[in-house]
Amino acid sequence: MGIDLPLIWAIIIAFGLMMYVIMDGFDLGIGILFPFVPDRDDRDTMVNTVAPVWDGNETWLVLGGAALLAAFPLAYSIILSALYFPLFLMLGGLIWRGVAFEFRFKANDSHKPFWDKAFAWGSYVATCSQGLALGGFINGFEVKDAAFSGGVLDWLTPFSLFTGAALVVAYALLGCTWLIMKTEGELQRRMIKLARPATLAVLAIIIIVSIWTPLAHADVANRWFALPNMLFFAPVPALVLATTWAILRLLGGEPHVGPFLFTLFLLFLGYSGLAISLWPNIVPPAISIWEAAGPAESMGFTLVGALLVIPCILAYTAWSYYVFRGKVKPGEGYH
Amino acid sequence: MLGFTALELARFQFGFTISFHIIFPAITIGLASYLAVLEGLWLWKQDVVHRDLYHFWSKIFAVNFAMGVVSGIVMAYQFGTNWSYFSAFAGSITGPLLTYEVLTAFFLEAGFLGVMLFGWNKVGPGLHWFATIMVAIGTLVSATWILASNSWMQTPQGFEIISGRVVPVDWLQVIFNPSFPYRLAHMTVAAFLATALFVGASGAWHLLRGNDIRPIRIMLSMAMWMLVLVTPLQIALGDAHGLNTLKYQPAKIAAMEGHWGNTPGQSVPLILFGWPDMAAEKTKFAVEIPHLSSLILTHEWNGQFPGLKEFAPDDRPNSTVVFWTFRVMVGLGVLMLLLGVWSLLLRYRRTLYQSKPFLRFAVAMGPCGLIAILAGWLTTEIGRQPWVVYGVMRTKDAVSNHSALALSTTLLVFIVIYIAVFGTGVSYMLRLVAAGPADISDSERQGSHQTQRPARPLSAVPDDVDPTIDLPESEDR
Repeated sequence: MGIDLPLIWAIIIAFGLMMYVIMDGFDLGIGILFPFVPDRDDRDTMVNTVAPVWDGNETWLVLGGAALLAAFPLAYSIILSALYFPLFLMLGGLIWRGVAFEFRFKANDSHKPFWDKAFAWGSYVATCSQGLALGGFINGFEVKDAAFSGGVLDWLTPFSLFTGAALVVAYALLGCTWLIMKTEGELQRRMIKLARPATLAVLAIIIIVSIWTPLAHADVANRWFALPNMLFFAPVPALVLATTWAILRLLGGEPHVGPFLFTLFLLFLGYSGLAISLWPNIVPPAISIWEAAGPAESMGFTLVGALLVIPCILAYTAWSYYVFRGKVKPGEGYH
Repeated sequence: MLGFTALELARFQFGFTISFHIIFPAITIGLASYLAVLEGLWLWKQDVVHRDLYHFWSKIFAVNFAMGVVSGIVMAYQFGTNWSYFSAFAGSITGPLLTYEVLTAFFLEAGFLGVMLFGWNKVGPGLHWFATIMVAIGTLVSATWILASNSWMQTPQGFEIISGRVVPVDWLQVIFNPSFPYRLAHMTVAAFLATALFVGASGAWHLLRGNDIRPIRIMLSMAMWMLVLVTPLQIALGDAHGLNTLKYQPAKIAAMEGHWGNTPGQSVPLILFGWPDMAAEKTKFAVEIPHLSSLILTHEWNGQFPGLKEFAPDDRPNSTVVFWTFRVMVGLGVLMLLLGVWSLLLRYRRTLYQSKPFLRFAVAMGPCGLIAILAGWLTTEIGRQPWVVYGVMRTKDAVSNHSALALSTTLLVFIVIYIAVFGTGVSYMLRLVAAGPADISDSERQGSHQTQRPARPLSAVPDDVDPTIDLPESEDR
């Protein structure tokens, strides 16, 4: 048996998307938290904590899109045309908040509130549409003759509306715990207060999704509750409960890095739960990664570049986070 | 919307978003190389004027780079959202080429852009110059991948079609397809020319305002030398590209020339101006120069090349449009040549920095390199129609099944967002240009300011310029 190229590419793309969700998650979370923090200096501090890293984070999204086209052209064409509106809203939101992020520093005082609002709105729109897209993806797509054959609003269901709101809460928790790690004083105390309900909300969301998807999709129920599987996958829900407990406990003391790391782990668990439910489909409910795979010539050719460059990107990213480690004090920015 | 079909709207949306996008990478390519040259001159001659110019243009480069990144995200997704049948059919070839482009750009951004923009006081001068050169090379490598992908769509080879999908069989043939070298050279030189015109116009604008300092003079002078050297080269490259197009895409050439048919034994005149009428199958109001098209395209006095009537009506690109976009590009090229020659004349008379008519002309030519790039792309892309992959897949078979309503909604939102966002960005860039290069004491202060090292291009720019579009006061509260 040769190398399973579709499997390798599925792992690379899943990894890239996870990097994106985690890394852009906390900086979108900062925008989501803006309405809860009215003070302008606090807002400057919040934005300064992500200033050095945010646009590197978004490049993972571009890589994800291009790699999906290269390795799974069929999946790329079906998923992206089916999710036309949410993806379009996401791009609009990302552009809008990206420039608002920069312009709010360059703007004079009378224009600043405008860009503040633009930053918050852009973050909400981008996050919510990512959640809508995720919900639409889990629900699956109507496919005929290897092309999307459903309607332009198929992604809009009660479930996708729920995931849209859910992602806003999840990113808010990421932003919250990131700020607990990166700030101090009044702002940090405010974040600790917000983090507690946000953690419980994320737990509730995970529980609701875990009940909703098996009820709606029989094969997901089979995957989790058929007998040998159930034993293998049992650690996932157990770990979710343990992690939530750990976060809440840390928030009661003098939290620093802990809540953020455990939140990352919590989201990783949620992400792997979804992967278990959907595996091995790349276009739910019926097209697997092997069926959607492009020619081996394309996958192999692109893999060479990916294996050379991705480790460099990771090393550089780690180094840049290391350089900008530590608390950001009010008034001390990169600007 | 306005009676347009979904296909026309999807094409318009792609044209709109990519036209906005291409402006920024074009300037990025040109400025990166210009910065590498400036830094080299500073290291070689140790004249502070080159260092000051480097700092001045690197700020503008940073803003421009960020605009390019943001407008590029949309492109990576649009192939799937709007052109899903094309992606499913040919993604096995365009996908890997795009992924290599992203990886290259990613690598460049991760590795060297930070050092280039924020490392002036952090690394040694040699290493810093190396970083600048790597960024310049990175922009060229990025362009190479994108142009390989586009050229493959124009002149496809190195593939087989297996069960309705393109399968690459020879990557070297795919990348080095027949039109690739010509397109790459033509586009790269176009980016250099557009940047030279932009830099030259900035210098001329300052001189017209009486800001006659040494860095400004050097800026204008370097830009004009670039123009003098590169415009003739670009005209030669354009000619070679045209001959290549005649060989592989004769219908495109016929449409560009408004050439409908041949009479045996007769030469083809060059139609200087006219109105190609697709329905009547002739070019109305034609002003002709005898023999010239034969001479240019076949290098023979009475040479002939195919006319549009030799192609089935369904296979003809829209001659009315490409006839004119092509003439806009060539016309601007002639004006660039004129500007270059004029600068030589004034240099000889030693009035390059004083001649008001010349400086005004140079300012007016500032955006013309970019306009010529857009006109050239419109010519080659509309001239490829009705094919998306030439001779292999038709554009109407490539488009996703969206309704005209869905497409016009998104198109309108794109137009509003792009104009607001990139309008603000461009006005910000122009304000930086207007601020002018710093004098020496200012650049010392600038040096200490640059010790911090964020990884975002826009942060290389000081925060004291307000780029905000002038919003009515009431909206702010």
